[in-house]
Amino acid sequence: MSTSIVLQAKGINKFFSDPVPQQVLKDIHFTITSGEFVSVVGKSGCGKSTLLYILSTMDTDYTGELFLDGEKMSNQSESTLAAIRNKKIGFVFQFHYLLNEFTVLENVSLPAYKLNALPKEAIHDKAIQLLKKLGIEHLALKRANLLSGGEKQRVAIARAMINDPIIIMGDEPTGNLDKKNTAIVFDIFKELTMEFQQTLLIVTHDDAFARNTSRTIVMDDGKIVESGL
Amino acid sequence: MSSFRLLFEVALALMQARRKQTIVAGVGVLFSIAMFITLLGFMNGLNMLLDGLILNRTPHVRLYNEVKARPKQVSEEYFNDTSKKYFVSSVRPFKVRKDIYNSASILKSLQQDIRVAGIAPRVSVQVFFTIGSIDLAAVVNGIDVPAEIKLFNFKDYVPEGNPIDAMNIPNSIILGKGIAEKLMVQLGDMVPVTTSAGERYTLKVVGIFQSGIADYDKVTCFASLATTQKLLIQNSNYISDIQIKLKDLTTAPLLAQEFAKKYQVDAEDIQTANAQFETGSDVRSIISYAVGITLLVVAGFGIYNILNMMIYEKMDTIAILKATGFSGKDVQSIFIYIALTIGIIGGVCGVLVGLLLSYGIDQIPFITPALPTVKTFPVDYNPKYYVTATVFAIVTTYLAGYFPAKKASVVDPVVIIRGK
Ligand SMILES: Nc1ncnc2c1ncn2[C@@H]1O[C@H](COP(=O)(O)OP(=O)(O)OP(=O)(O)O)[C@@H](O)[C@H]1O
Ligand SMILES: [Mg+2]
Repeated sequence: MSTSIVLQAKGINKFFSDPVPQQVLKDIHFTITSGEFVSVVGKSGCGKSTLLYILSTMDTDYTGELFLDGEKMSNQSESTLAAIRNKKIGFVFQFHYLLNEFTVLENVSLPAYKLNALPKEAIHDKAIQLLKKLGIEHLALKRANLLSGGEKQRVAIARAMINDPIIIMGDEPTGNLDKKNTAIVFDIFKELTMEFQQTLLIVTHDDAFARNTSRTIVMDDGKIVESGL
Repeated sequence: MSSFRLLFEVALALMQARRKQTIVAGVGVLFSIAMFITLLGFMNGLNMLLDGLILNRTPHVRLYNEVKARPKQVSEEYFNDTSKKYFVSSVRPFKVRKDIYNSASILKSLQQDIRVAGIAPRVSVQVFFTIGSIDLAAVVNGIDVPAEIKLFNFKDYVPEGNPIDAMNIPNSIILGKGIAEKLMVQLGDMVPVTTSAGERYTLKVVGIFQSGIADYDKVTCFASLATTQKLLIQNSNYISDIQIKLKDLTTAPLLAQEFAKKYQVDAEDIQTANAQFETGSDVRSIISYAVGITLLVVAGFGIYNILNMMIYEKMDTIAILKATGFSGKDVQSIFIYIALTIGIIGGVCGVLVGLLLSYGIDQIPFITPALPTVKTFPVDYNPKYYVTATVFAIVTTYLAGYFPAKKASVVDPVVIIRGK
């Protein structure tokens, strides 16, 4: 698999005006190529989450340019960005954020239903495969709110993967987990990069976690101080 | 999976998660639709009954000769000088014929008029019934019996005896119920009658008439045209009233004017004669619509509330849906579908319950001497109410859902996710 640019940020600035005008991101430049396992670290409040929300296209209130898969994201319509998120980005949050009204299988399948590229049976087969790989296929028909934290996070990873996104982003996905579960989730990420050359961008506070990724971006006070290259 | 199906399934899942509130909101719609239908059906049943009482008995246009004051002062006619004013006090009405001049040719001309559904000539005479030393005054209406039966449901008002006998049996009479009771006579009895001209006759009772208006039944009798003309000592062309039923009721005022001019008679149309009934019906309809719509609006607020609450509780769900690729429009559709599902299911059940309630009211006995043909409460099953209620339910629930859904569509997932 040849390496290509998956994500590119050009001069991204972000301001908050509430309660006082404050620049949270200052002239962010960097690129991520396919197959990279990138971690982002930095002091609390330095703007990691803010950056990630911009990169994930959920936050559109910034200046500068963002390219995903060679396509410019800035100034796209809300519904276009939603479709792009659906197809190309997988997201894993610190708090697992599953839909409690649905079963595990349905939670994993939902983005694929939305994408509507496969029939329902094929989506279910694929979801079951993913759950199997994450070691939780026996939970497929359980309601999401009955799972443990570690299990929930694995379901969230399966959901992030269901549409074969070009990049999976995570905001402290292990922040809420104990050592053992952190290890499990890390191993899964590692395996994804090794086996499928899945591109990953993970914000973390866990130094051990960051040390084991292929590249670490260090931020301080809204700037990238070390690009890890 | 189609986009509609996916969004609808998400909507269903959200409703299931809030089953109790959803059911309460649905029952609210059900109740208001059912009440709307029942109320309007019942009210309009009553309206139709009351209007029917009048419409069935009242000719659309009535031709007659009215006794009027002279249109001009006699003096004016005599001196023919408009520069001066002359007054003669206590001017009497000039003598007019009580019958309609040239009635035979008018009847013939009306029969050929394609706008006319039917005509029934009448002639009436003042009479006295004598019991012992007491004279009871009454009016005998001479009628064309088959025409009255056909046009004005005359048979419905003759609970005893057969009205046709009045035509077939010479010298027969149908007595008002009040008179029959006072005279203590029954079917087949003979009653003595004195006309205002002083002639005495004996007539056979062939029927008892009951209009429902007791005072009217105390002074009104019916007989055939021929019998009445005989009481008046007049020939068979002597007609004092021509009652006309039109094919189109609404043309009555216009045609009344036309006939009055054409036949040189006075003409009265049903709208003028019964203006107050129309107003009464309209007011009743307006009140029932107002109550029904109020009920629906209250149900709408119920839906608005539950959706607002649901959106507040399901912020996480909305954020997740948006983060995983559902657009604001998708989220809006989900909440609109929730509102519409509640509205449609509640509405359909409401229509069924409304139909059942109407049917129930229709079974309640309602027997009153004033309305001899009515046995149970009247209910109007006009589909118009069912359609109106359903359409209104859907529109109200859509509007009730629209604003919360709009709110949900602009939820910023970043704010929610960061908020944790
Ligand atoms: N909506 C907002 N309005 C105003 N200021 C905000 C808003 N969101 C974030 N900030 C500020 O922006 C800065 C960066 O926040 P951000 O959440 O990106 O930090 P972070 O690096 O993710 O921190 P942590 O490691 O604790 O998660 C903080 O100083 C925060 O107070
Ligand atoms: Mg953060």
